Amino acid sequence: MAFLTLEKLTKKFGTHLAVDGLSLEVEKGEFIALLGPSGCGKTTTLQMIAGFVDPTAGAIRLEGRDLLAIKPAKRGLGIVFQSYALFPHMTVAENVAFGLEMQGVVAAERTKRVAETLDLVGLGAFAVRFPRQMSGGQQQRVALARALVIRPSILLLDEPLSNLDAKLREEMQIELRQIQRTVSTTTILVTHDQAEAMALSDRIVVMNQGRAEQIGPPHEAYERPATPFVANFLGKTNLVNGTTVRPEKISFGTSGLAGKVRTRIFQGNHWLYQVDTDGGLVTVIRQNTGEAMPTEGAAVHLVWQSSPPPSSGEVPAGRRGS
Amino acid sequence: MRLAPYLLSLPALLLFAGVVVVPLVMTVLLSFHDWGQYKGIEPVFILKNWQEVLTDSYFHEMFARTFRIAFFVTLLAAVFGAPEAYILNRMKSPWRGLFLLVILGPLLISVVARTLGWALLFGGNSGLVNKALMSAGLISAPLPFMFTETGMVVALAHVLMPYMVLSVWAALQRLDPQIENAAVALGAGPFTVLRRIVLPQVMPGILSGAIIVFALAASAFATPAIIGGRRLKVASTLAYDEFLNTLNWPLGAAVAVLLLLALVAIVIGASRLVERRYAQVFG
Ligand SMILES: Nc1ncnc2c1ncn2[C@@H]1O[C@H](COP(=O)(O)OP(=O)(O)OP(=O)(O)O)[C@@H](O)[C@H]1O
Ligand SMILES: [Mg+2]
Repeated sequence: MAFLTLEKLTKKFGTHLAVDGLSLEVEKGEFIALLGPSGCGKTTTLQMIAGFVDPTAGAIRLEGRDLLAIKPAKRGLGIVFQSYALFPHMTVAENVAFGLEMQGVVAAERTKRVAETLDLVGLGAFAVRFPRQMSGGQQQRVALARALVIRPSILLLDEPLSNLDAKLREEMQIELRQIQRTVSTTTILVTHDQAEAMALSDRIVVMNQGRAEQIGPPHEAYERPATPFVANFLGKTNLVNGTTVRPEKISFGTSGLAGKVRTRIFQGNHWLYQVDTDGGLVTVIRQNTGEAMPTEGAAVHLVWQSSPPPSSGEVPAGRRGS
Repeated sequence: MRLAPYLLSLPALLLFAGVVVVPLVMTVLLSFHDWGQYKGIEPVFILKNWQEVLTDSYFHEMFARTFRIAFFVTLLAAVFGAPEAYILNRMKSPWRGLFLLVILGPLLISVVARTLGWALLFGGNSGLVNKALMSAGLISAPLPFMFTETGMVVALAHVLMPYMVLSVWAALQRLDPQIENAAVALGAGPFTVLRRIVLPQVMPGILSGAIIVFALAASAFATPAIIGGRRLKVASTLAYDEFLNTLNWPLGAAVAVLLLLALVAIVIGASRLVERRYAQVFG
């Protein structure tokens, strides 16, 4: 039996279906990403697991127990909010200690665990600062430490990195993954950034208008998208003569689909091409290996492997039998 | 170039000087003048009025009463106003606007009218509430309200409540909307959330509201004048009486200036304290 089970979870706001029969099974220690465009119901799903939003229908089970029967304060989940929601009137150490205090952990043990957790997120030296006196990235780590210190059964992260700049976000992604491996807490991450979802998670749930379009490992979802929506959301795609091809799978050859380079953009580690062909405009991404590349206006031929067989493994859980 | 800002604010500065600074300076000067029943005001420089105000126990009692009333008004406004603001802040959209109007509504009605309302409800044997309570047999004599400090405190607290509610409400608006959920997720019960998370964060709002209410209560005139009359005077009604009934303007000026100085000292001291206490945390 799965560790955490969502069964046909549904939430209606008035007549608007925010989450529409979402089913998902999460194994212990797994890192799941809920990925989808703005307004697709990711936060609502997370809030239902946390207990701040009551589902209209469906069930949530944690190790077989009915989670919906348990009050939010008793669920013992660790949550990192998008705004961090740190307690501004408490120091970092007090923020982290708060959950332990609520559990009635004795002072000596509390101090020890707070120090351990702050070390884990690399903030050992910041215990006596107030949140206002810290950078966005540091505040994010405090929020993570505060959620982890209570040894939650599940860690829920709502767009935890979206307030950080691009470079810091990448660093925190790596660190987040390492920390999650260290503590091996079952984690559900909400994000609208497909790169982040793919970088961090064991499995991705691609959501669209409250439904799961596909559930599967990032690589599989990328290579064998179940629906056009998934294909487009996870990365750029080309539709050439009825087949979909990812831009990085196309290379320049001596024979194949003939075309003419319309634009060429240098992006550091790769080149981005737009090529006019008989089958329409085709996007091509080539690694920057240092070799000479076709220039704008050049006549080229495009070649690619025929696409792999359609996805046979994972069927989106929410659509079983429909 | 550098002169432009000063030139632009010149009209406002002139107006301020004309209607605030000049009368204030004249009042201060007046408090050093002499006065006699038959000779009237004599423009000399003496300390008689100040000596009288500072040493006579009659004036001590008056100032003690003024600040005692202001203190209890502030307390009452905080005890009722802070929860009121919290409840208001949790209301859903159509109700919130409606009840905000209900709370602010009294500000649109003259203080005199509102205080007379209290007098109608509780004034002596003929007061509506007293009559009703007595005919119901709940009390045997009318509740004392007119000419009591309790009456003044209740009426002033009602008049000044909106300032406290608005101040606390502004502080609540700055709260992270998820902060209570964050505390709940960590295992805190509703009472703990209020005491440990919400209250400390709105404390600056409560304190600044308290400063406003205290200053307004200590310098209020209409309410004490109606409820206390000439039997139960506070500093402002005392100054008024000296000016208009006894015609001892210099003594009235000394009382008024002393009230002003005491208030300025209390308000500046209190806001310094609040700022120092919260500068680090709330920046
Ligand atoms: N309290 C609410 N009342 C009414 N509608 C709501 C409420 N909360 C969310 N919704 C609606 O439900 C839908 C899903 O919202 P949700 O916050 O879950 O989206 P999301 O996937 O987290 O989006 P984002 O990436 O922008 O955070 C949206 O259309 C939103 O407008
Ligand atoms: Mg969201």
